[in-house]
Amino acid sequence: MTGGGARVAAVPRPRTAGWLTAAAFVVLLVWSYRGTQIDLGALVGGEAMRQIGGYLAKLFPPDLSAPTLRAAGVGAVETFAISFVGSLLAVLIAFPLALATDRSLLYRGVLYEGRPPAGARRAVRVGVYAGAKAVLNVLRTIPEIVWALLFVFMVGLGPFPGVLALGFHTGGVLGKLFGEVLEDVDPRPLEALQSTGASRLRILLYGVLPQAMPQFVAYALYRWEVNIRAAAIMGLVGAGGLGQRIHFAISLFLERELLTLILAIYVIVTLVDALSAYLRSKLV
Amino acid sequence: MGGFDSPPMRWSAFPYLLAAAFALTLAASVRVANVDPRLLVDPESLGNVARFVRGMWPPKLAPDFLQLMVRPAIETVQISVVGTAIAIVIGFPLGLLASSSLMWRGVLHEQRVQRRRWLVGLPGYAVARAVLSVLRAIPEYVWAFVFVRAVGLGPFPGVLAIGVAYGGMLGKVYSEILEHVDPRPLETLHASGATRTGVILYGLVPQALPTFVSYTLYRWECAIRASAILGFVGAGGLGQQIELSMRMFQFDEVLTLLMMLFVLVAAVDVVSARIRARLL
Repeated sequence: MTGGGARVAAVPRPRTAGWLTAAAFVVLLVWSYRGTQIDLGALVGGEAMRQIGGYLAKLFPPDLSAPTLRAAGVGAVETFAISFVGSLLAVLIAFPLALATDRSLLYRGVLYEGRPPAGARRAVRVGVYAGAKAVLNVLRTIPEIVWALLFVFMVGLGPFPGVLALGFHTGGVLGKLFGEVLEDVDPRPLEALQSTGASRLRILLYGVLPQAMPQFVAYALYRWEVNIRAAAIMGLVGAGGLGQRIHFAISLFLERELLTLILAIYVIVTLVDALSAYLRSKLV
Repeated sequence: MGGFDSPPMRWSAFPYLLAAAFALTLAASVRVANVDPRLLVDPESLGNVARFVRGMWPPKLAPDFLQLMVRPAIETVQISVVGTAIAIVIGFPLGLLASSSLMWRGVLHEQRVQRRRWLVGLPGYAVARAVLSVLRAIPEYVWAFVFVRAVGLGPFPGVLAIGVAYGGMLGKVYSEILEHVDPRPLETLHASGATRTGVILYGLVPQALPTFVSYTLYRWECAIRASAILGFVGAGGLGQQIELSMRMFQFDEVLTLLMMLFVLVAAVDVVSARIRARLL
């Protein structure tokens, strides 16, 4: 990483710590292997392998009849829409919360040197910071599928609860990432702006955001790639998209239709990955 | 904006095209996804939320319930560990095969290219890339769903799902790390007459290993989140309990389970972050 320039001589790291960590991981692995009661011997060339092989064989050939293809197409478009609107909602949620967790805009750091806000003003601002942090933690901790169950319960079945679920969970994730970007911006331009008498809003607009924007876009695109995968499974709890059709296909033993739907996921995910990579190369 | 000596901006259609495409996609997506913000302030929806929140508080902390939940919580950690281990076993060899610098071009092949060795390397490379792309494009939940059908309920399908999906991601990232190591030490070793194995062992591995370990640990953090959720399709762990409690409208249990999940995820994050900080 960005090494401290003042370090005179590198202190040799104790090698034993590395070995101890490795040993701890081996113990953890053995404990976990026994705990999950899986049998890798049975997997490689045993009963489990035959079961998996038998099931996979039933998936072929994929069902390419017109109604199935249409269902897969509609599902893929719906999944795309859920991921797109959900990611956008996430940015809308994350942006203000990230600003509210930026302590250098609120009460400390170069912008407040010599005249930090005191008393009640400071208490309010620390409160804003802590509150926004807490909201982000809650949004992020609750997995998108639990949000989806909750929103299905609230607004009923369909893609809309899926959008809300992605927006809330990803809003929490992006809020944290955006906040880290904001705290890491180079303070010198901000100081320069401040010395010209610029207001804090102007410092934000002309000092902070131009530095942070490329990172924001990169993170948002990255989360979109995560969300297209998440949107594909929202349907498992009734929140629209390909997942709902996959749920039906599995429950009704329509294996060949299932393969078509999985292929549709592959196509739409690969498409979004490529689109996101292209936009990143153009914008960031 | 625009200093005196900045070059004259050339007009480009790209931003306008991008904005138009964005607006069109957004409008179409909002329609397809049935977005209806009115539902959020609908009295019935709000009533549902109120019922949910009232049901959640206080979280259920009865000792017998907590005791019952220890096992799924431990199982969640164990699934993530074994799943990540399988992901390494799948991802590592595929990642090596999917590295162009190992398979068919670059400093390791300087004399071999002339002997058309890439005829051997290139197909292996292409196949490994294709397999990795399929493994990682299909979400772990779908894998879990398929494996539950194939081998039955329990932690086993969860382990397999994480192993396969994360194997695809690890393999891709491993190959990227291998392709982006600094070539100069490799060239030096090569020039000093080192064998191919020597170049790999003393030039490539020391450069790539810390990043490998660090990224794998990051994936482990993701795996614990995933393993908590895979239970929704019957693959063991806390997710299965969350789903059950949700279906039974026992929201106080849901809150307890979410808090347990939070603690687990935070603990793994801390462990992994500390090890990564030492590595890099």
